[in-house]
Amino acid sequence: MAVPKRKMSRSNTRARRSQWKATATALTTCTQCKGNTRPHIACPTCGNYNGRQYAEAVRTEHAG
Amino acid sequence: MPTPTKGPRLGGGPAHERLILANLATSLFEHKRITTTEAKAKRLRPLAERLITFAKRGDLPARRRVLTVVKSKDVVHVLFTEIAPAVAERQGGYTRITKIGPRKGDNAPMAVIELVLEPLSPKQATVREAEKATKKAAPKKAAKKADEAVVETPADEAPVADEVVADAVEADKA
Repeated sequence: MAVPKRKMSRSNTRARRSQWKATATALTTCTQCKGNTRPHIACPTCGNYNGRQYAEAVRTEHAG
Repeated sequence: MPTPTKGPRLGGGPAHERLILANLATSLFEHKRITTTEAKAKRLRPLAERLITFAKRGDLPARRRVLTVVKSKDVVHVLFTEIAPAVAERQGGYTRITKIGPRKGDNAPMAVIELVLEPLSPKQATVREAEKATKKAAPKKAAKKADEAVVETPADEAPVADEVVADAVEADKA
């Protein structure tokens, strides 16, 4: 099994990790409640999707 | 006919996947709308739609084919007597999957899969009618041309008859 020969420096570790980037979630506006929603997913505030209502989609912890 | 799925089965083995999908299909026909993970909903869709196609055929062999998947006779009865007539006009697309965001706990993307039981929209209905009409007209074109000559003569007489009736109505009023 291949094993590392040397300890990796803090600098190298951090340089590698500097490339780990999060991307912003794509957001759209709900046509019914004007709240933020993710595209192609029922609205977590009011449960609306394409004029139909999905109570299962509503999140209580979700605010605004 | 659905394409065979690539990659690992749901639940770990082919038999387990068959059981999961059969149970999901049974629940879907029983409740008309179920909440499950996106992956399961996507695997369930082709199976459920094929079962509904069998139900629309409605004969005994079709019923036996469905019973090999959906074990409950009650549910199969509902499928054949309630769901099949409701989607009789629809040409496929009997289920609808709507994503509802991730589940709390394991953050799995969830979806609602439901039967599309509402009647066809007017637009879809007219498109279907037009298609039927063109299909009908195509082979009868030759026959229709011959008919047209005959049709024209009664058409001339029709307005005359209307005038006579209109005159009679006016006379009554006077």
